[in-house]
Amino acid sequence: MSKDIRIKKGLNINLVGAAEQTTSKAVLSNVYSINLNDFHGLTPKMLVKQGAEVKAGEPLFYNKNKENMLFVSPVSGELVEIVRGARRRILSLKILADKEQSGVSHDLLNVESASKEEVKAYLLKGGCWPFVKQRPYDIIADPDANPKAIFVSGYVTAPLAADLNYVLQGKEKELQAAITALGKLTPGKVHVSVGKSGNSPLSGLSGVELHKVSGPHPAGLVGTQINKIDPVNKGETVWTVTPQDLVIIGELLLTGKFNAERIIALAGSSVKAPKYYKTIIGTEISTFLYGSGVEGDNFRVINGDVLTGTKSAPDGYLGYYNNTVTAIPEGDDYEFFGWNKPVFNKISATRALTFSWMQPNKKYDLDTNTNGEHRAFVVTGMYEKVFPLDIFPMQLLKACMIKDLDEMEQLGLYEVAPEDFSLTEFVCVSKQPHQQIIREGLDLLHKEIG
Amino acid sequence: MSDKKLTFKKRLHILKHHYRGKKMAPAFNALHTFLFAPDETTHSGSHVRAADDLKRTMNTVIMALIPVLLFSMFNAGYQHYSAINGFPQEFSLMNDFLTWDNFWIGIIKVLPLVVVSYGVGLLIEFIFAVIKGHEVEEGYLVTGMLVPLIVPIDTPLWMLAVAVVFGVVIGKEVFGGTGMNILNPALTIRAFLFFAYPTWMSGDKVWVYEAVERAGGPDAISGETILGYLAQNKAAEMSYSVSDMFFGFIPGSVGETPTFLILLGGLFLIFSKIASWRIMLSAVIGSLVMGLIFNGVVDAGWIGETSKFYGLMSFDFWKHLIVGGLAFGIVYMATDPVTGAQTNRGKWFYGFFIGFLSVMIRVFNPAYPEGVFLAILLMNVFAPTIDHYVVRGNVKRRMKRLKNATILPKDSAGKANELHAETA
Repeated sequence: MSKDIRIKKGLNINLVGAAEQTTSKAVLSNVYSINLNDFHGLTPKMLVKQGAEVKAGEPLFYNKNKENMLFVSPVSGELVEIVRGARRRILSLKILADKEQSGVSHDLLNVESASKEEVKAYLLKGGCWPFVKQRPYDIIADPDANPKAIFVSGYVTAPLAADLNYVLQGKEKELQAAITALGKLTPGKVHVSVGKSGNSPLSGLSGVELHKVSGPHPAGLVGTQINKIDPVNKGETVWTVTPQDLVIIGELLLTGKFNAERIIALAGSSVKAPKYYKTIIGTEISTFLYGSGVEGDNFRVINGDVLTGTKSAPDGYLGYYNNTVTAIPEGDDYEFFGWNKPVFNKISATRALTFSWMQPNKKYDLDTNTNGEHRAFVVTGMYEKVFPLDIFPMQLLKACMIKDLDEMEQLGLYEVAPEDFSLTEFVCVSKQPHQQIIREGLDLLHKEIG
Repeated sequence: MSDKKLTFKKRLHILKHHYRGKKMAPAFNALHTFLFAPDETTHSGSHVRAADDLKRTMNTVIMALIPVLLFSMFNAGYQHYSAINGFPQEFSLMNDFLTWDNFWIGIIKVLPLVVVSYGVGLLIEFIFAVIKGHEVEEGYLVTGMLVPLIVPIDTPLWMLAVAVVFGVVIGKEVFGGTGMNILNPALTIRAFLFFAYPTWMSGDKVWVYEAVERAGGPDAISGETILGYLAQNKAAEMSYSVSDMFFGFIPGSVGETPTFLILLGGLFLIFSKIASWRIMLSAVIGSLVMGLIFNGVVDAGWIGETSKFYGLMSFDFWKHLIVGGLAFGIVYMATDPVTGAQTNRGKWFYGFFIGFLSVMIRVFNPAYPEGVFLAILLMNVFAPTIDHYVVRGNVKRRMKRLKNATILPKDSAGKANELHAETA
């Protein structure tokens, strides 16, 4: 049985450069890279030395605090470089890919009859555990925790993000296998959400609680759905997995192999022919970016969507969790009287001589300009209009800024991830770094309370 | 874009880097960002940002104030000449009001107030920004426009300057600047003037240009405000019609009289989503409720015609909105987001009590028949308390949820259903 969730508060950011629904195969990358910053808060311990040969699916390193949590190589090849930063912290690993790929094969697991512990051990061993994330703290899930529910969002509202209905086509078997396995890990339900309209491959899954979601961004964010379905209380844990990572988990369960292949959307107004590419986690972005062509040379490559992604470059690498790469123009130019003249070419949540309200369906070409300078919080009531969670956004942000643990806890920090504040950050008149404030608050709470 | 502008832009860009890290950088940046929206780009988090910044927000409020300012400049002359020659028998907007003579009085009396207010206030803002090494914040752009509009026209400029210094330093900067202040700076300035120089702020001699100078002489003029008449139970001597009150052809603080233009400004601010309609609406409701109570008391015969409160209490309840500073205060001052309530529910309470208390203080204040600025300042102080209880409501809900979850750890379905009922 499905239940409907209708979100009213929010804002759709319509941008030009949505990926056309055709998939090309990206050129194979010479070097693949795993960026350790993708795994927030992780302390890695290397299992292989620089120069070692690894196979696809072979463990590269593990989590120092959970030794059975393995992180595997997406391809076979030679570990050519361990990039280290200050105090020898590992920043990224670079693997020179073999011409002939070979992978590790695990014994198959009978998903139907396997126990909770068997499933867990299999995912940990197979390198698929990092795809399971948890709230509170928005980090890789603690395998020893007992989550009250697992959430999967199949509804996409983020600007220019990959259309899951398209990229998941034909993956029903893998999805079902992954869902069946994950269902054993929680005493509660597996909540899967799909868009109210549209035909999602996720809507046919069994063993899930299906939710039909409608409304503007951030309706598609899993945090919004958790808040409306079963919010996280203090002491509780929920896990979240993205549908495309479910496919990789499902493939491991069905074939015994870690297949890092993924269809990603290349989008954004700086891309000449935005479309989908079939590629591998960790590939160099230039392998598909230049396949589509770019406009000019002053653009920003974003690993992820424009609201939550990380800044990258053509010679950067596809992030571990990303299914979208966006390229938009840099906005590093001045604008004469930019603060008081009427604005027709930018999106705004107000009508203060800004006219995006007149054409809600118009697609905009936004650049990375902040459109103003950082200020103290002044305006009130703006965030609430785009923030559907039952939380006071500004009060929570301020609690994080003054590091008041009690307030952070009471105002609902356990329920949120930085991405839930991406839209309030977008509309913020004071240009405050909301996501960073929430991230630092979560880290502090994690450190102090655990 | 012409080559000349390009080089100008480039030159400023070079200057910006020259000033970077130096003491005067905030002052330079304030001027630079006034001319050009900065070339700053996002680094983390959202890579794209909405078009609005604080400058645009403040600018929108100023735009809503411009018609009021222009009207007040004409009204300054109109009240002056009417006090001397008597009000025109057949009022014609073009011949009696929008005349050059009237506007000239506005230029010599109102404009200097604006200049002093901005000059002194922005100077202090710049000094504090340079000392503290942060950017000049835009809060004073609105404050500086509000101040000249809420003082009597004959306020000496030095007095205004002293009050602005007090208001900006004590009312705002000591708390940390824009966004951190407890009290509305413009009203702090008004309150300082009221308590420090009461003779310049009340009576029947301060609302009309030259009334103070001519006082006691053979050519003495005066202009009593409507509330002043009412407070002295002299309603019968008043010659103003309701339309005079609504359109603002009455004496009063410089810019508080044109209720019609204030209403338009308020609608513009609501439409542009800059000011809170919740505060405005609830403040209107609050003042009407208090006015009705007073009317009721009079109707019930509890207050006789001999009572000193009779004049104000028997004043039709809705007329409170079109005389004095109530409308101006509700639209432009109560809606200040920094000093007002910050939660949507809190705004209802905050606004209601502003309207309610404004009319109450108006009636009961023995020295001065006006209460808007005191009511707003009082509610500024209580706004954090109101918000506290609203936010606690949210916390309580969360705690209750937690309590239910602890008792029945597996019964999440029941709770989920209930939440659905809300969202569906």
